[in-house]
Amino acid sequence: MKPSKFNYYAADSIDAAISLIAQQGEDARFLAGGQSLVPMMNFRVAAPAALIDLNGVPELSDVRIDDDGALHIGAMTRTRRLETDSEIANANPLIAVAAAYVAHTQIRNRGTIGGSLAHADPAAELPGIALVCDAEIHLRGPSGARVIKAAKFFDGVFTTTLADGELIEKLYFPPWPEQRRWAFQEISRREGDFALVGIAAWFDMDASGAISDCRLAAIGAGDTPLLLDSAARTLTGSAPSEALFEKAAETVAGDIAPFDDIHASADYRREVAAVLVARTLKTAWERRR
Amino acid sequence: MSDRHTISLNVNGADYSCEIDARMTLADCLREKLDLTGTHLGCEHGVCGACTVLADGDAVRSCLMFAVQAQGMEITTVEGLANNGDLSPLQEAFRDNHALQCGFCTPGMLTTAEAFLTENPSPTRAETESAISGNLCRCTGYISIVDAILDAADQRRDAGSK
Amino acid sequence: MTRTYIGKPVTRLEDRRLLTGAGSYIDDVKLPGMSTMAILRSPYAHARIRSIDLEAARAMEGVIDAFCAADLDAQLPVIPLRLAPFDGFERFLQRPIAVDKVRYVGEPVAVVIAEDRYVAEDALELIDVEFDPLTAITTVEQAAGGATLIHEAAGENMGTRYTVARGNADAAFDDAAYTRRERFVTNRHGAVPMETRGLIAEFDPEAPLLRLHGATKVNFFNRRHLAAAFDLPETSVELIETDVGGGFGARGELYPEDYLVPIASRRTGGPVKWIEDRRENLTATNHSRDIVCELEIAATAEGEILGMRATVQGDMGAYVRTNGGVVPSKAAQFLPGPYRVPSFSCDVQFLVTNKTPVGTFRGPGRFEANFCRERMLDMMADDLGIDPAELRRRNLMTPEDLPYRIGELVPGDPDATLDRGNYPAALERLLNECAYADWNPGAETDDGRVRGMGIACFIESSAAGPPESARITVFSNGGVEIRTGASSVGQGTETGLAQICAEFLDIDMNRIDVLHGSTTLVETGGGTFHSRNTVMAGNATRIAAESLKDRATELAALRWNCDANDLSYDDGAVHRDSDRLTLQELAAFAETRGETLSADALFDNEKQISYSYGAHAAAVALDIATGVVKVERYWLTEEIGRALNPAMVQGQAVGGVIQGLGGTFLDHFVYDNDGQLLTGSFADYLLPTTSELPEITAIALEDSPSEFNPMGFKGAGEGGIVAVAAAVGNAVARTLKPYGISINELPITPDRLRKALRDAGN
Repeated sequence: MKPSKFNYYAADSIDAAISLIAQQGEDARFLAGGQSLVPMMNFRVAAPAALIDLNGVPELSDVRIDDDGALHIGAMTRTRRLETDSEIANANPLIAVAAAYVAHTQIRNRGTIGGSLAHADPAAELPGIALVCDAEIHLRGPSGARVIKAAKFFDGVFTTTLADGELIEKLYFPPWPEQRRWAFQEISRREGDFALVGIAAWFDMDASGAISDCRLAAIGAGDTPLLLDSAARTLTGSAPSEALFEKAAETVAGDIAPFDDIHASADYRREVAAVLVARTLKTAWERRR
Repeated sequence: MSDRHTISLNVNGADYSCEIDARMTLADCLREKLDLTGTHLGCEHGVCGACTVLADGDAVRSCLMFAVQAQGMEITTVEGLANNGDLSPLQEAFRDNHALQCGFCTPGMLTTAEAFLTENPSPTRAETESAISGNLCRCTGYISIVDAILDAADQRRDAGSK
Repeated sequence: MTRTYIGKPVTRLEDRRLLTGAGSYIDDVKLPGMSTMAILRSPYAHARIRSIDLEAARAMEGVIDAFCAADLDAQLPVIPLRLAPFDGFERFLQRPIAVDKVRYVGEPVAVVIAEDRYVAEDALELIDVEFDPLTAITTVEQAAGGATLIHEAAGENMGTRYTVARGNADAAFDDAAYTRRERFVTNRHGAVPMETRGLIAEFDPEAPLLRLHGATKVNFFNRRHLAAAFDLPETSVELIETDVGGGFGARGELYPEDYLVPIASRRTGGPVKWIEDRRENLTATNHSRDIVCELEIAATAEGEILGMRATVQGDMGAYVRTNGGVVPSKAAQFLPGPYRVPSFSCDVQFLVTNKTPVGTFRGPGRFEANFCRERMLDMMADDLGIDPAELRRRNLMTPEDLPYRIGELVPGDPDATLDRGNYPAALERLLNECAYADWNPGAETDDGRVRGMGIACFIESSAAGPPESARITVFSNGGVEIRTGASSVGQGTETGLAQICAEFLDIDMNRIDVLHGSTTLVETGGGTFHSRNTVMAGNATRIAAESLKDRATELAALRWNCDANDLSYDDGAVHRDSDRLTLQELAAFAETRGETLSADALFDNEKQISYSYGAHAAAVALDIATGVVKVERYWLTEEIGRALNPAMVQGQAVGGVIQGLGGTFLDHFVYDNDGQLLTGSFADYLLPTTSELPEITAIALEDSPSEFNPMGFKGAGEGGIVAVAAAVGNAVARTLKPYGISINELPITPDRLRKALRDAGN
């Protein structure tokens, strides 16, 4: 399974990358970690005429934590770094935990957060995390820079709203309150496999002990990662309890649109999404940072 | 720059120069151009782990990297694990624990384990199982491989090195 | 004799080279002037070929040649039947390349030879084939219906059909207090070794010489047929064995590529290499296990089996290849297993469909039969209110029942007989090990999961087939070499034979080199299948070692000018009083006489087969809400006669269990209604990993050495896998019993379990 021929260019800066891909035309692709693109090329289901390698663009791997705890993660940051960097985990523990579910160490050593988001597999963990954290995605392209919320970035199976010639420069994750409760759970056939379905959830509580803010996202439950707005509305304003979590879980089926594939049916995903919402919320509640 | 490149690679401490297509994977370059056939191809889509090599100490799928990307990196293959012909403690542990049968997955297991033990010299059994969960073996049923890696961890700690 | 190696868990001779990346697998072999081949495979499951245009492919830079059936003058040979060659199959044999029609996705249609694989794959994209698609037959029901014929000249899709029987099944059922009937389905899955197949052919028609590298398993059989296919004397055909990355029954059979690669070499005049990639491997290497079984059991009210009736339908795929009808016929034969089943009748059907052809995979037919029968026994136990272990005790054949003729159930082998053994003892040992009597489903930490334990008993045959050869030579430099016609597919053959040789020659095992498999090494060989190496090659090695000692003693007698009867042998040397001549010295002496110190042997067990036997138990935990099953603990006992190398035996057992768990939960070749393989990569065809490894206790018993070979060995390669789906199926069914759900189909997946639970109101 050998890939088709292509011309290879190694960019040394973001501007160079953007200019190279514009030159090479619509059959050119960016090469990030390669862990999704290269298998497709080896199967020849992808056959770009040119690859613009981003691995040599240092700015794309910058990680910065603001004083308020907001996290700026360069698009070429390796998933393995997200998993193991204690500063990132301190700033946003959900990212670190979810990153550990991405495939296996060897994949995480090369795969990148930008690559994962651009690939937009509906069952991938990092797009789900970006969505549940209300991340902002910073893009750069021939027309300049723009910022888009994760909720507007995913457009369909393997489809994003990236314009031609645009690349992801970095992700911005808002500050993560110290007392936030959070959890991530997924069901997969084997460790490291894509999720059959997975849930990421967090909630904050106010002084009275009621849930003041929360957000839940499902992966593997639709064409893109999906926000579970009904569950969030059910939770907001009430004190956490298993009964409340079950109520929230009951709303999940209405907010997702799972499909059948050979590993699981839509019915399975719908059912188990609800089960995982209840379990994730319970785990989140029991977690003390 | 085009579809053909002359690259220099550092593999197992030695420098090589070769002219290759951009599309030639690192795995194929090692096997075909450098005659280092210890790195095996089991799937060419990043699942089986037989092609695992170390790139700057990190375990990576060499079937998912192009050789041209490996310039400037220190690549270690299974051929680079023994010490001057003496089996490393990890290799000895594999032998002593019968952690291989057909041997086809073994190079990838060894490189993966090498990187793992360097990062985690005192692993638990569960951590070890997780570390090689991305390496397929059809022969051994894995348990002897996990035993071998834990055994090697003990040996390496006793030897006080690495 | 002072050295003992037999029965010791010695480390392997093979390991050093394999650990240092110095193994030589077929893709590691490079010959001067070698080019590379790629195959255009059918994208359709069933279609007529209207035209094939190779012009653009041929014209591509770097392409040396391209061909399809139309370019080959001679009539293409058919791939022969090697095993279970039942009448009727001759209508469904495969030619190495499609002629006017394709019958499965993956069937070879055209071949390109180029300077490397990258270029060859580029050229494949330039080949233009016009297909007229036909309706694809993807189930045995459709195939039996016959509305669409896959092989028109045959007039049907039924490869063949026969009934095996003993006793009077109908009478047994008429009189029985208890009967039950169930339908079981086992999943199409297969060997999927980590190394894909590969070949290098060097074909020089002038010499004439055809040398084929990358052969294994049954090289002498294959050589005979390839020689005939290419109109060469056998002595002009060499099959060379390299290191092999696993076989499990699928590698080494004759496939289309065994003909196409030599043809490519003949056409181009140089060596040609073909390495199967994984995508090809999943459609082009034999599948297995695809069985539908309707099973009925009749018993007394106390659970004593009176009879069984069954229909076994095997989905053979599009052609019948070398393994013939082995899979379904063994499924039928092993349905009674180790139990007393006085009356039995089975209708065995071999249906052809538009899928990859089926062949053997570790424990062929047994894995399936054990699942069906052991599930049925647990259902019967529950219906009659008898403990599952007790039910088995009541029905297992005892030592007094053995030997027991089963020839009625084995086509072509009327004298097939279960040899002596103690099946109940193996079960008891298992029940003790897993603390069956004390096992409490609620005893684990209360984590909301439901627990269950399941057991299963099995018998397994080994070492069928022709005699095996061994030649031992001592060189004047002290080296000792064993040559054998047996193949190694990674199971440790070199080490096993060296252990035997070293013990009988009383020498250090590390002096020994073992060369195996290649037809250039010995006159003839039986090959490696049915877990026969230890039995056949092992005994041949022992005979050769004894002969070699005799020869050494004769040489010493010549050297010392005395009577050989006055001499003794010990510690690798012949002794006379305090004098000694080592094997090395004797080899040097032989050389001075123009001779070599060597001995040849052939071991023939005259088709007398021993049966290993035992029992498996699985303890599982089921998360009802998600359908996820974890196998927490696994135990098995396996009576293997005598363990040559206990560590290697353990490796076979554990490896077998894990492969069996794959076959139970994960491995599945899934086809859609158009005959497209949906599981065409490792992202979708799932193999077991270290994820969710159970703790495994595998106990090899040596209570009942085989009477059919002097060393008492039985094969130990398959007992670990054959009862896994059975034991696990029973364990999972146990957890679902309160919900009224049974397990009748493999694989067991979260999706299927949740569907069953939903349908049952949960």
